[in-house]
Amino acid sequence: MIKALVAATALAVSLPIMAFAECAEVTQGDITLSGAWSRATVGADRPAVFYVTIRNDGSSDDHLTGITTPVAAMPMLHETVIQDGAARMPHADRIVIPAGDTVSLAPGSYHGMLMELSSALDEGSSFPMTLQFEKAGPIEIKTDVLPIRAREAACAAP
Amino acid sequence: MLKNIRIILWVAVAVSLIGMAALLWRQDDPEQTAAFRPHFALPDEAGTIHRTEDFRGKHVLVFFGFTNCPDICPTTMAEVAQVMDDLGPQAEDVQPIFISVDPERDRESGLNAYLAAFHPSILGLAGDAQSTEAAIDSFKVFGDREADASAPGGYTMSHSSSLYLIGPEGDWLGQFTYGTPADDITAELKERL
Repeated sequence: MIKALVAATALAVSLPIMAFAECAEVTQGDITLSGAWSRATVGADRPAVFYVTIRNDGSSDDHLTGITTPVAAMPMLHETVIQDGAARMPHADRIVIPAGDTVSLAPGSYHGMLMELSSALDEGSSFPMTLQFEKAGPIEIKTDVLPIRAREAACAAP
Repeated sequence: MLKNIRIILWVAVAVSLIGMAALLWRQDDPEQTAAFRPHFALPDEAGTIHRTEDFRGKHVLVFFGFTNCPDICPTTMAEVAQVMDDLGPQAEDVQPIFISVDPERDRESGLNAYLAAFHPSILGLAGDAQSTEAAIDSFKVFGDREADASAPGGYTMSHSSSLYLIGPEGDWLGQFTYGTPADDITAELKERL
């Protein structure tokens, strides 16, 4: 009886941890990418989105200057800016990744806008995304396509 | 000493009487009590016109957006979908509405299919330029076309990013600014329902 209780408790504790698998990481030079995700799209006519977490373990700043992917002919970096309650989405051509700091491309902030999709992004699929850094060079990361209703990465940063 | 206390008490009585009078006067003043009742009259994808007054008896969550928007709009619709799920049976008393600020393009690309992917309860409305402008003005919000050579079709939209809550009498009850967690919205709605 007590054994069963202990086992059940252990399972109850570990389930939420198991649900949040560790994010896949890619490291090159001082830059580490993790938790790359996108939302499933309805058709291919509307732009998709790209989110990722970028960590700079170096002692000098680096800059993210562009993104490329085979799934979109026109990927761009944007920043959502909310001023007096109104949202605008200016182009961000050079995003600083400060030394020793982490910058997230995340909802309501910096994000990749993937225009001219070659096909719809299906939930459960993935696609490669290459991020171009001034110092660390190009880094590719596998991007998970989450449900259209996703609000954050399906994994937790280690 | 007793005299002083008496004076203080009389002053307190006088202050409370003045306060009462001020409250009564405020209630009698129509300017103070008139509710803000924003209005729209806009067609859904099938062409049926929906008006604010059609939703009397329900709490209405209104968002102004466009479907080519990759970040704010899907994130907010994802929050709304979560709220509708979390409300359980009480969701029947809440109507989420997405008003397109880019109606021509959104009608062409299929507003219903897009919104249904988030939650079947979300009603999409896309009028003509005039009725859209009227709704934006009435809600005292913002929705404007901005030329952007790098955006699809050569333009993007800047738009108000909050969710607006309209009460069962059509009164404006408040707004949830972008980024308000679904749990907070659900909690406030449950308190009101």
